[in-house]
Amino acid sequence: MFPFIFEWMWDMSHVVFMGGLWYALTIIGLGMTYCILKAAVDTAQGKGSHHHE
Amino acid sequence: MDSALIPKGVRRCSIGQFALFVGVVGVVLLWGVFAMLLCWIKGLNQTNMNDYYGFALWIWADLAVIALGGGAFFTGFLRYIIGKDELKNIINYAVLIGFICYSSALLILAIDIGQPLRGWFIFWHANVHSMLTEVAFCLSCYFGVLTIEYLPLILENRQLDKVPFFHNLSHNLHEVMAVFAATGAFLSFFHQGSLGGVAGVLFGRPFAYREGIFIWPWTFFLFTWSAAACGPCFTIMITRLTEKITRKTLVKQNVVELLAKISGWMLLTYTIAKIIDTWYWAAVSAPAGGFWLMDFYSNNPLYGPWILITEVLICGALPACILITKSGRKNPFTLMIAAVLAVIGVSLNRWVMVLQVMAVPVMSFDKWVMYSPSWQEVATTILPVAYGVILIAISHRYLPIFPQERELNPIEN
Repeated sequence: MFPFIFEWMWDMSHVVFMGGLWYALTIIGLGMTYCILKAAVDTAQGKGSHHHE
Repeated sequence: MDSALIPKGVRRCSIGQFALFVGVVGVVLLWGVFAMLLCWIKGLNQTNMNDYYGFALWIWADLAVIALGGGAFFTGFLRYIIGKDELKNIINYAVLIGFICYSSALLILAIDIGQPLRGWFIFWHANVHSMLTEVAFCLSCYFGVLTIEYLPLILENRQLDKVPFFHNLSHNLHEVMAVFAATGAFLSFFHQGSLGGVAGVLFGRPFAYREGIFIWPWTFFLFTWSAAACGPCFTIMITRLTEKITRKTLVKQNVVELLAKISGWMLLTYTIAKIIDTWYWAAVSAPAGGFWLMDFYSNNPLYGPWILITEVLICGALPACILITKSGRKNPFTLMIAAVLAVIGVSLNRWVMVLQVMAVPVMSFDKWVMYSPSWQEVATTILPVAYGVILIAISHRYLPIFPQERELNPIEN
């Protein structure tokens, strides 16, 4: 999974497999981070406070 | 008692009725949990798996629920990437069904590996030459995507939505949902395919082995195709079933018909591809491995030509023909029949590609080996069904799953 694990090899299989995994995890992680940070900023600016009955 | 949690403008049964329903299903759930604990505490000797059947009922259930959960990625793909806006009225339910299917698949795998505490080994010490490693990666990541897609629905609960941070988070998640949907479609394409690829690369088992392109056997593409075709049928089937149980129309007919039409064309093209694949395998691939077609369908008590005919024609071509015709889609009875047949068809296909592969003799001294699951295997396979029913019941009661429900079921004062 990581280059520091003993069975890691710098070959095409590891780069493609792990590259795909980290690519997907990065998109998911960045997407969630953006949403959470933006929600925190929006809340600090008072958005979404008065939308209810 | 719980009226403050129920979405505004919709009617729900009393808390007593609801608790009774959840309680009855909960008994089944507990039966499954008991069997699961037996498997974890006593080990896989609780199953009827053996040297012939390293893959058995659990793997079939895994492959089947993953295919049926394909409605989430394909509906998401149609809604967010292709831009079929009408599907916004069913996408929430497709996501919920997908979430249940994928969490069930992961639960079954956690039982199947026998040593769940070592489940992380597949990530940490990944075998990069294994299609199952790709399945594990994509399955876990896609479950994360489905959780993210389900999260805004939870946050839209009447009480949670009053918290400004949750309201804003839900709003932001909706805004970037296309990114998550695209990631989900990418992940689904590969793990659905790789599950088919696992069977297709078994060159020592001529019943399953297929040629293909580059590293991918034809079964890779057929599995993805069939999941995209039959997953939405499962979504339609569960939607109609929910409507029967709640005695309400929850989704407008035009939305269901659109999904059914797309699903029908996907199913028709898949069935044609499957017939071509089967013909080539029977005429070229299997004879090259020293087998004739009827070697796979005779001299055993279960697997006859009926299974091939049922899978491809009765549960493939027939529902496809119903779904691509306007009159077939408009009639609620034929629509339901087509959806049920498609669901049975894809489940049967997964059974054949897991269980029949194991049953067929390979060596000249081999014989057909049959398998019947232990009660522990059956109970742990029913466990996710009970869990799914309970999660659907809770979600339907407390979350705004169906955007058209209020319009279709106005409350008279």
